[in-house]
Amino acid sequence: MPAPVTQAVNESLATLSDQLILVTVLLYLAAMICYALDLAFGRARTVVSARRRELVGAGGPALSGDTTGDTTGGTTEDPGPQPVAWAVRAGTVGVVLTWIAWAGNLAGILTRGIAVDRWPWANMYEFVVAICFAAVTAFLALMIRQPIRFLGAFVTVTAALGLGFAVLFLHVQAGPVMPALHSYWIAIHVTAAIVASGLFIVAGVCAILYLIRKDGRPSVLPSREGLERVAHRAIVISFPIWTFAVIAGALWADRAWGRYWGWDPKEVWAFVTWVVYAAYLHARATAGWRGKAAMIISLVAFACLLFNLVGVNIFFSGLHSYADVPK
Amino acid sequence: MSAPDDLASAVRDEPATEAQAQERTKPVGLGPVGWTRWAWRTLTSMRTALILLFLFALGSVPGSVYPQRGVDPGRVAQYFKDNPTQAKWLDRFWLFDVFTSPWFAAIYLLLFISLAGCVFPRALTHVKEIRRRPPAAPRNLLRLPHSEAFEGGLTLEQAAATLRRRRFRVVTGDGWVAAEKGYLRETGNLLFHVALLALLFAVGAGGLYGYRGNVLVVEGDGFSNAVAAYDRFMPGSRVTAESLEPFSFTLKDFQASYVAAGEKQGQPLDYVAKLTVQDSPTAAPREADLKVNDPLDVNGTLTYLIGHGYAPTFRVTDGKGQVAYDGPVPCLADDQATYTSECVIKVPDAQPTQLGFLARFLPTTVPNGASWVSVFPGAANPTVQVFPFAGDLGLKSGQPQSVYQLDTTNLKPLGKMSAQPTPLNVGETKELADGAGKIQFTGVKEWISLQITYDPGREPALLAAAAAVIGLVLSLTIRRRRLWVRVKDGTVTVGGLTRTEGGGAAFADEFAQIVTALRGGPPEKPEAAGTSEPGHGTPEPAEPDKAGSAGHVAPDAPTGNAAPGARPDEE
Ligand code: HEM
Repeated sequence: MPAPVTQAVNESLATLSDQLILVTVLLYLAAMICYALDLAFGRARTVVSARRRELVGAGGPALSGDTTGDTTGGTTEDPGPQPVAWAVRAGTVGVVLTWIAWAGNLAGILTRGIAVDRWPWANMYEFVVAICFAAVTAFLALMIRQPIRFLGAFVTVTAALGLGFAVLFLHVQAGPVMPALHSYWIAIHVTAAIVASGLFIVAGVCAILYLIRKDGRPSVLPSREGLERVAHRAIVISFPIWTFAVIAGALWADRAWGRYWGWDPKEVWAFVTWVVYAAYLHARATAGWRGKAAMIISLVAFACLLFNLVGVNIFFSGLHSYADVPK
Repeated sequence: MSAPDDLASAVRDEPATEAQAQERTKPVGLGPVGWTRWAWRTLTSMRTALILLFLFALGSVPGSVYPQRGVDPGRVAQYFKDNPTQAKWLDRFWLFDVFTSPWFAAIYLLLFISLAGCVFPRALTHVKEIRRRPPAAPRNLLRLPHSEAFEGGLTLEQAAATLRRRRFRVVTGDGWVAAEKGYLRETGNLLFHVALLALLFAVGAGGLYGYRGNVLVVEGDGFSNAVAAYDRFMPGSRVTAESLEPFSFTLKDFQASYVAAGEKQGQPLDYVAKLTVQDSPTAAPREADLKVNDPLDVNGTLTYLIGHGYAPTFRVTDGKGQVAYDGPVPCLADDQATYTSECVIKVPDAQPTQLGFLARFLPTTVPNGASWVSVFPGAANPTVQVFPFAGDLGLKSGQPQSVYQLDTTNLKPLGKMSAQPTPLNVGETKELADGAGKIQFTGVKEWISLQITYDPGREPALLAAAAAVIGLVLSLTIRRRRLWVRVKDGTVTVGGLTRTEGGGAAFADEFAQIVTALRGGPPEKPEAAGTSEPGHGTPEPAEPDKAGSAGHVAPDAPTGNAAPGARPDEE
């Protein structure tokens, strides 16, 4: 008796999902503008020397870059002019908009999943949408405990670009997936890959800002040290998750392809990404590699991650070709 | 370091500093023993292990760029055809066999030795560390990265009890209490490295004692697990014919279902192969469903469904009226969306000349102008278009031939060759020109391709990988921290440090809580519990840059000063 497979797609829900994603893109852009106003008209500081800076309030997060607050009492830091009140308010509106957009993103993912009655991350479109969601989630979650509002503009613009790219170039109609993906492993392996990628994106944004930021000049961004600390924290959280995703992939490959590791292009690049992030963590443990060098390694790792997502899916052929990229 | 001696020793008592120092000095004028020692030290240094790991990753990249013989020999052959000279050069560097190449093996082996050489001495040191008592309190606790002084009636016993309650390891001395916590960090770190070694072992063992093979089975046929039954068999060097699990099965039926309509029409939904399995020659037969993601497991030997296709059946009658062929012919799909498949039928026994046929199988045939096409991968209206040839099939030349290719050098087409011959329906017969006989399309079967794998390294590899993750999480999340309390003339001083990169901010929290607990009173305003300001309470003010690092900036342990290239105390 052939196994009955549900293949009915709830078309109206699928359409709703597509519309929700479009709205989400617009909301992320709006949030980005609010954050940008806050950054542009907020308070700029000059960090004279990161090493001499002394922070009080030890228990609290040790970041000097809270654009709205003035918790940093470094004597060597030029506090800059008093920020314009409406600019601070714009930043707050940005946060609220990000939460709304986040909810829209989540709703878009859920409706798609319900429409097709499966986990909604089985092709590259769905996967990229989920990663954007994960990046914003990581940002919002980290913001609960740390003053990282300054990242808002950069994370939301990344999410908007990512979603825009997915909608324009990757979109495929909601539908059932090939038999290889009928497995509970998709919930484990792909979810872990998504969560880790989201956090890596936040770390990548920090690393890029780190390279742009020059200590000694006024900037609305926190010190390079603060940026490095956020990046490090994000990577420390996501690295084990990534490790888990790769191992879960191997376990799935053992069920699906008859071997747990076969140097398929996706496997090669997952491994390369893993090694380079591991190298970053090692490098930080040796004093000589702290700062710029370590940040550059983390960016190399981030580039490997992106290449695995975009490059491997599009240029290489292998077993791991579920991307379903529209021709 | 201008810090007093006792502080330096309290903080910097990491092992192997001497070895590190030697490691960095070049062996000038050393004998062979000296050189060997130097080479061993260099090889087993953390830095070398890192570089080797990097090389390992870098070395695997060409394996994703160029087609690999072990994965897809067909694409390698194609590459040779398309760029012959380039391919020859790439092949000289084993770039089509990256993962079995000598240079890849060299990286792998060196990494293995480096890890082993680094991890075992470290494990011994760690065992000693675990047994050792926390070091005595430095003279001036207020110079530590985290410190606090207050007046109170705290006794040393109370302080020790408070710290023990927080699961610190505690020793008391003359006027001081020393406490330490977070040994699991190094344990986790070692676990991670040992687990990586175990993983490499498991992979190697799987390669030696395991095997892998492929076989194609047509509906109604069977397979029994013996070397001769495989189409392709790749044993590890320790595999013997007797070590194959003696199971067998027959393929009763294969079913594929597809999306019937809409934009995704023709996309596969599910595959099931219905098997009757005998776990051993004497075991009772049992029914089993074989699906993608759901292999058949017979005592650890796994059978995977990896492909499928059509095998139309034909009866060929030769010019003398003899039935020269009667059976299924596995065809290869040209196009996954419609399963239009190409078949080759070779009839070497036909008289008076050998016969060969090319056939195109259309699972769901519809006319399309003057031609016919398949529009759906399911066999809703199966037909075949047959192109007959007669002559010499070339089988005697001794050259191995693919069953999916017809060598037409010594064959001539029978009759007028049309690009779109009228398709045959099931049961229909085509008479061949020149009285060469006839061919009947008798039915449609399906075939499945299977991979059968035995890999005794699977479970050990999984355990090792899991241990590696646990070790990694421990070593990334746990901070090694030390805390001292001195009580003198009613003044209590508390000092602490964490020896872990980036642990400063979180330790500041914990430190503040401990100080509050030691005071025994209600929580103080957080400012007071924070890290000391530079020079606060310190008799001689520290130099500004020392003060900076003694403040809040991570890492607050001086261990971070290790020279680049030295083996870090922690990773
Ligand atoms: C050792 C084996 C495996 C490794 C190392 C691995 C690695 C990865 C990585 C790194 C990603 C992240 C996304 C990306 O960059 O594209 C990913 C995604 C994914 N994996 Fe795997 N994987 C493995 C096995 C499998 C297996 C066996 C399946 C299913 C049969 C599978 C299905 C997927 C899917 C559906 C996605 C998300 C969507 C996509 O990329 O198209 N993976 N995998």
